[in-house]
Amino acid sequence: MLHYMTAHELNAKIREREISAGEIVRSVADRIEKLEDRVGAYITITADRALEEALRVDDALARGGKLPPLAGIPTALKDNMCTENIRTTCGSGILHNFVPPYSARVYEKLVQAGCVLVGKTNMDEFAMGSSTENSSIKRTCNPWDSERVPGGSSGGSAAAVASGMAAFALGSDTGGSVRQPAALCGVVGMKPTYGRVSRYGLVAFASSLDQIGPFTRDVRDCALVLNHICGYDRYDSTSADVEVPDFMSGLERGIKGMRVGIPSEYFGKGIEEGVRERVTDAIGVLEGMGAVCDEVSLPHTDYALSAYYIISSAEASSNLARYDGIRYGYRAQDYSDLVDMFVKTRSEGFGEEVKRRIMLGTYALSSGYYDAYYKKAQKIRTLIKADFDRVFKDYDIIACPTSPTVAFRAGEKTDDPLQMYLSDVYTIPVNIAGLPALSVPCGFSQGLPVGLQFIGKPFAEHTLIRAAYAYERSTEFHKMHPQV
Amino acid sequence: MITKKDVEYVAALARLEFSEEEKEEFKKTLGDILEYAQRISEVDTEKVEPTAHILPINNVYREDKVEPSMDREKILKNAPDSHKGCFRVPRVI
Repeated sequence: MLHYMTAHELNAKIREREISAGEIVRSVADRIEKLEDRVGAYITITADRALEEALRVDDALARGGKLPPLAGIPTALKDNMCTENIRTTCGSGILHNFVPPYSARVYEKLVQAGCVLVGKTNMDEFAMGSSTENSSIKRTCNPWDSERVPGGSSGGSAAAVASGMAAFALGSDTGGSVRQPAALCGVVGMKPTYGRVSRYGLVAFASSLDQIGPFTRDVRDCALVLNHICGYDRYDSTSADVEVPDFMSGLERGIKGMRVGIPSEYFGKGIEEGVRERVTDAIGVLEGMGAVCDEVSLPHTDYALSAYYIISSAEASSNLARYDGIRYGYRAQDYSDLVDMFVKTRSEGFGEEVKRRIMLGTYALSSGYYDAYYKKAQKIRTLIKADFDRVFKDYDIIACPTSPTVAFRAGEKTDDPLQMYLSDVYTIPVNIAGLPALSVPCGFSQGLPVGLQFIGKPFAEHTLIRAAYAYERSTEFHKMHPQV
Repeated sequence: MITKKDVEYVAALARLEFSEEEKEEFKKTLGDILEYAQRISEVDTEKVEPTAHILPINNVYREDKVEPSMDREKILKNAPDSHKGCFRVPRVI
């Protein structure tokens, strides 16, 4: 099954001329053709273009040319990353016709590495949501159960990788939008340290929290993709000028003696029994491999969700002020004057959840409420970060569930925003503290995938990768695929 | 906790407008979310400094050097309305 091979397997086969890049991309294109109507992972499909590029890879190889490191690997991007001359909607009516005049840095880097883009994936509008149901374009189904959501906001990327419609995909993670859908779809998902990956060309949601990360079918691929997307970029002044190690090296060093903190707050009320059991089993596996696991406390966890919704909505209300119907995107047809044009354009162009966040953020930043909400939330942020710092004095990593539940039913939480927000309760603190974290499949509950989350020190992605790789090698979960 | 007047005030600041029905809906959902968010007021933060940004970055400067920018025509292709190389908007003055 070509379409379920990992990027590193495909890479080796192309180089050994066992399979051509053309065959690989064609198998993924066929898979999209067959499944897209049922899964709904893509907003825009660029498989034809990908095929042309793959044929060029094969040509180059036939002529004995040197191939770039990821030549011919079928790749998908969340539709909030700008792709020059390819429509980028952000899942929103207000950008339904936007064709970027430039490319996001991550896309440029992947193209340089030889990747071929098969499509732009579905997402909650402006990445605001946990189920991809807030997309103004279409619904995405969970490949493991079509009546359930794939998680969100990068639900399309997760579903595409889980169902063999791309070898890997990129998503963005502001409060769990890579890790939560990765857990719910049974694939590996990582949010690198804030600043590790350039956000240049990523449509902004909450600038102090947003970070791009990969969805892959195993941990080795996660390391491989990270090697090609990380690094300082002078076009993103918040990207970190920190050395990027080779994430593939030391992969197999194991976790004997590694100190693992298990935060008791992440196993409290709201967690499904099946999720608790699978994650507890996984911790047993880590101990079996020689890791030292102890219960630890992150006492301000309970306040993270509140702080997150204030900070992220405040930043969003400011970032989304740019959608005014003048330079790009949708403009209302009927209006009386300039201000009315802004109001009508925005009210018609944005969906319900986006308007809710803009309202919440505007309120939190408005005169008289700023100190009680925004400033207070930033102080809570300091405390949450201090919680992690304290644990990381004695521990190398933290292990916990990625999401409190398995994939929920479509429509189950759409009428209750707070319930929807709670599905990110274990992923949000990581964004608030800017840390790297990774979700790896750790079994099934009710026939649906469960994710184990590893959280690491700033810029210690390699430690997370090493731990997740060791765990993955001792299980078979990453080799299981949904019956789509 | 949130009144209809609050909703209208914030909507005006955010350049949004809502039907009467939507305003009622916002009164409820925004009120619920803010009530939940209020739980942070329990925490004593008297001596805590706020964190705006997780990395120790302040202003980032660069040389003031002229470099090529994006193609004007290409950018204007996305504009809902343009005229002679400019974005066109309703009369302001």
